[in-house]
Amino acid sequence: MTIDFGNPNRPNSYIGRTVPRPNAPRLVQGRGRYVDDITLPRMLHLAFVRSPWGHAKITAIDTTEAAACDGVRAIFTGQDLLPHCTPWVAVLAHLKGLKSAPQHALALDRTCWVGEPVVAVVADSRAEAEAAAALVNIDYDELPVVTQIRTALDPETPVIHPDLGDNLAFRREHVQGDVEAAFASAHKVISASFKTGRHTGVTLEPRGCLADWNPAEGKLTVWQGTQAPHMIQTVLATHLGLEESRVRVICDDVGGSFGIKVHVYPDEVATAAIAKVLGRPVKFIADRLESFISDIHARDHEIDGRIAVDENGKILAFDIDDWTGIGPYSVYPRTSAIEGNQVVNLCGGPYDFANYRARTSVVLQNKAPTCQYRAVGHPIATAVTEGLVDLAAEALNMDPAEIRRRNFFRDDAYPATSPANMRFEGLSHQATMDKLLEMMDYEALRRDQAAAREKGIWRGIGLASFIELTNPSPFMYGIGGARISAQDGATVRMDPDGSVVVLSGVTEQGQGTEAMLSQVVAEGVGVRPDQVRVITGDTQVTPYGGGTWASRGAGIGGEAALQAALALKGAILEVAGAMLQCAPESLSINDGQIVDLESGAGRMPLSELGRVVYFRGDTLPKGLPRELVQTRHFITMEYPFAFTNGAQASYVEVDRETGFVKLLKHWCVEDCGRVINPQLVDEQIRGGIVQGLGGALYEECLYDEHGQMLNGSMADYLVPMAVEMPDMQIAHVETPTAESLLGAKGAGEAGTAGAPAAVMNAINDAIRPSGGRILQMPMTPERILRAMGTLSD
Amino acid sequence: MKPTLAGYARASTIAEATAWLAEADGDAKVIAGGQSLMAAINMGLGGDTRLIDINGIEALKGIRLEGDRLVIGALTRHAELGRHPLIAEHAPLLTRAVPLIAHEAIRTRGTIGGSLSHADPAAELPACVLALDALIRISGPGGEREVAADDFFEDVYVTDLAQDEIVTAISLPLAAAKEAQLIRELSRRAGDFALAGIALVRRPSGHRVAFFGTGPRPMLGRSVMAALDAGDLAAALAAVPEDIDPQSDPHASAAYRRHLASVLLRRCLEDLAA
Amino acid sequence: MSDLFQTETQIRLMVNGQKVKARVRVGQHLTDFLRQELGLTGSHAGCEHGVCGACTLRVNGEITRGCLMLAAQADGAEVETIEGLTERGVIADLQQAFVHRNALQCGFCTPGMLATAADLLARGGVPGREVIRDHLSGNYCRCTGYEAIIDAVETVARARAEALK
Repeated sequence: MTIDFGNPNRPNSYIGRTVPRPNAPRLVQGRGRYVDDITLPRMLHLAFVRSPWGHAKITAIDTTEAAACDGVRAIFTGQDLLPHCTPWVAVLAHLKGLKSAPQHALALDRTCWVGEPVVAVVADSRAEAEAAAALVNIDYDELPVVTQIRTALDPETPVIHPDLGDNLAFRREHVQGDVEAAFASAHKVISASFKTGRHTGVTLEPRGCLADWNPAEGKLTVWQGTQAPHMIQTVLATHLGLEESRVRVICDDVGGSFGIKVHVYPDEVATAAIAKVLGRPVKFIADRLESFISDIHARDHEIDGRIAVDENGKILAFDIDDWTGIGPYSVYPRTSAIEGNQVVNLCGGPYDFANYRARTSVVLQNKAPTCQYRAVGHPIATAVTEGLVDLAAEALNMDPAEIRRRNFFRDDAYPATSPANMRFEGLSHQATMDKLLEMMDYEALRRDQAAAREKGIWRGIGLASFIELTNPSPFMYGIGGARISAQDGATVRMDPDGSVVVLSGVTEQGQGTEAMLSQVVAEGVGVRPDQVRVITGDTQVTPYGGGTWASRGAGIGGEAALQAALALKGAILEVAGAMLQCAPESLSINDGQIVDLESGAGRMPLSELGRVVYFRGDTLPKGLPRELVQTRHFITMEYPFAFTNGAQASYVEVDRETGFVKLLKHWCVEDCGRVINPQLVDEQIRGGIVQGLGGALYEECLYDEHGQMLNGSMADYLVPMAVEMPDMQIAHVETPTAESLLGAKGAGEAGTAGAPAAVMNAINDAIRPSGGRILQMPMTPERILRAMGTLSD
Repeated sequence: MKPTLAGYARASTIAEATAWLAEADGDAKVIAGGQSLMAAINMGLGGDTRLIDINGIEALKGIRLEGDRLVIGALTRHAELGRHPLIAEHAPLLTRAVPLIAHEAIRTRGTIGGSLSHADPAAELPACVLALDALIRISGPGGEREVAADDFFEDVYVTDLAQDEIVTAISLPLAAAKEAQLIRELSRRAGDFALAGIALVRRPSGHRVAFFGTGPRPMLGRSVMAALDAGDLAAALAAVPEDIDPQSDPHASAAYRRHLASVLLRRCLEDLAA
Repeated sequence: MSDLFQTETQIRLMVNGQKVKARVRVGQHLTDFLRQELGLTGSHAGCEHGVCGACTLRVNGEITRGCLMLAAQADGAEVETIEGLTERGVIADLQQAFVHRNALQCGFCTPGMLATAADLLARGGVPGREVIRDHLSGNYCRCTGYEAIIDAVETVARARAEALK
């Protein structure tokens, strides 16, 4: 079956249109159901005693005083939990050489970061659990800590896990072409060092779960705000010694994820294990202070980069040396080597050049573990690439737009393979950049910039092109041995009243998955979106699937839903043909009615067909298939990833005296293939941009030399707020993927991928008269002023 | 974290509140708006404290003229301060300061007495009352006293208040004709505590300049003021570093705060000239 | 002395127009009281240190952080949460605008954001975008990037001003 996407007037043309989100009215009325909103009979609450030391040996734990507190029902140490929960080691076979140490739900005899859970206190209320937790006495012997990235491998640096031999978790070098020769013969070679601050996601709803073990059924039910219910099901079954079928994970409303809620956290595994031991529901909701030291962090990178160009601005080579600190453990089960690996895969991404060398060194340190966070590795690779390209343009006295134009993969050059061996099915760098420059009126903006500079006002324009990895195949995790599904499934069902239900393995985190599924299914079946009820986030109910991460929900989950919807349409028409005594091929479904395909004339409402199938099946021909439930799964086969691309621009004003940056405006043109819901895509881009701007300008997990986090509260870890953020103009180029009928690729991470590079280039463009440059994020006013040379002491 | 309290009591008179404080002997805190105190308690910084709630004490409320002084009750909420006509007429510095304090949902509850007693060195109102040469009215079991703002603020979160005393009101001289009152600050995001700030009053009797965010307490810029009184703007700008004592913290270095204080003074002087 | 300081206290207050009498731990903040004792889960605890704004609600008609106020301090107060604002229908246009403009994603900040925006809109007139941004400056949203929220509030302000003409 095909869909005439080119015709906006086709019947049931919901794909490509803004339709309302079915869950939004509930959320604006305060009727969301987040984990902490759920209360079960006999429910207990958990609070954790967390390590106050970056690295310490646990010598004694005394829980006597805590156990005597009002409301306390149980206290667990690592040793107490050991018989009930096995440890894990987060490695993947395809990330060759990746190593990590066994990690336990509660620390056994040693803690490796400030915030690691050590003791769990169970009480009637969270307040009582916290009060008792404060009275748990733990004796520690401090051990030397590793905090610096670049010296983590030095012989004099202590080794965090002696069994591993060193602090190197993973290293990969990729070489293509003759890099040294290219640099030796280049017209210009520019080197620069970049830093990206250690960030964390700060989902407004903190992490949490509610676990309920029913011994009579031998069944564990866990309500959790997660992006991957089936993955959590597998992990809990594995480490709690249960059959997978005995674990049910339910994910209702989730208050933001961004990658933070796709990982396995020791405190959450401990919660499930404790619920199983106690046989009572146990709830754990992280509070904000523990979120800062227990949620995954990300993007703690230091990168040395070089670019070689010829006289015409043609890029000859990139040479990238990336270093990243991931905390003391690789995070389960996706591992903490992916981010560095992505930097190797993505640097130089938009450009057609020949010689490439990139290395990532992933080291262990005594800080909170890092792992995948929105746009994994992309903001780093894009900042380094686009920063170097701008520096090359400056060295050549060439316009930044022009140097990019001269180096892009041509829009007609696909399929293509990058020097990093990334395979591109179809991208649109040239069209995207053209559209961006037109939308922002680049020339007029340059004139405005020049006029402002005459008046002593420093404004700057920054451009950033990028590629984004979406719709991952099993090449991302599955081939490494992780039970993380790249396939996703959907079941679409018609009920007697003619309404449709879709059950999907992808989940809703606020991005609009439910709306996307409703409109895809509505178009596929031939009903209105409001006649489609969407069910996600329940491993007992939905088809098995991967969930929502790596921008796969629409491209993979959407395609599965579309195929299931089309199959249901076929099944309905077969019954309709029998009822109307005509060929099913001569019929279609439009707006909930069986219609003549040719004339569009209505023949019968779906409710009539439903009535007959469900209640008067005796009147249908014997042997007629009447399965008004269809399930389809989808997995990408041709390409390991569906790459998307885009370009962003930022216009800023830098206060020369204070270093403060005013974001005047931001633009993004991106190509996520088929746009299913324009409004939802645009808002994903906008939200993503601001998340990227947060990392570029404000956000940084600061640690002292003892491994103590210095700014672990919302008063001190600065996130983007309304006043400082710009208005953003968004546009699209559409290059659908041919891997699916839907043609959709991912869109959720593009904003975050490109925004930091765009604003960094804009700031450097603004402060160019000072002769200084800033390549360290976040670009705080003080760092900018120091880069300008205005502040030296 | 969940707040933990060892006890809570509502006082209905000043005498009651101060008597209870005396009786608690350092083991109780006063809660007014609670916009800093509650945050601290929720972060586990309050210990097992006891609270005396003074929100019900009528004598602490209201803004009024007393002869040639403007008197602001300690329980005056920031939002009320910001919209009160007597403040706009006689102490416009405060009217201008209010929008800079945190956010609306904080300003509706936070009080001026609480802000002064808390004495955050980066807060706006302590610097404003210092620049305005206010007298802080204090009550304790021994009776009432008034202390000049300059003597009230001692160190980070430390004031001249004894542990059994509370601030009852702030008494200000009325702004003279043609008096100029300015406040400027630089904060990373709207509503954040300032990296550096300055409150400046130019009245017939001379200049008063208070810096905030650049020392352990709001600091009167005595050298700057003397230079301004002498009409030497360049000397005033040069004197900024000797009047302040900024510390480095994760948000900004001392050097950057010093730099910003100078920039802010220059901008205030430009405002005055305009 | 020990009699003075209570560890539990009786409070009487109005919540969403209904009389409520309860005995509370003095250490319980208002947000937890509403959520845990009254089942009003529309108020969200995002940081519990007064910064994120997710727990913003109305106390005596003024927007307040529920986490920076003890339930004990709400004795005698009139408290209104997102549930009450919804029931009264006073922000129906704003809620509709949020849905229409997709000014929410995960929805966790939304009740506090709506209460704050409603406070601005109640002042009348058509505030500029900078004014709207400033009024919402204490409400954190990780999802939207704020622009859609500003658009929705602006749209409602214009519509309300138009309706008064």
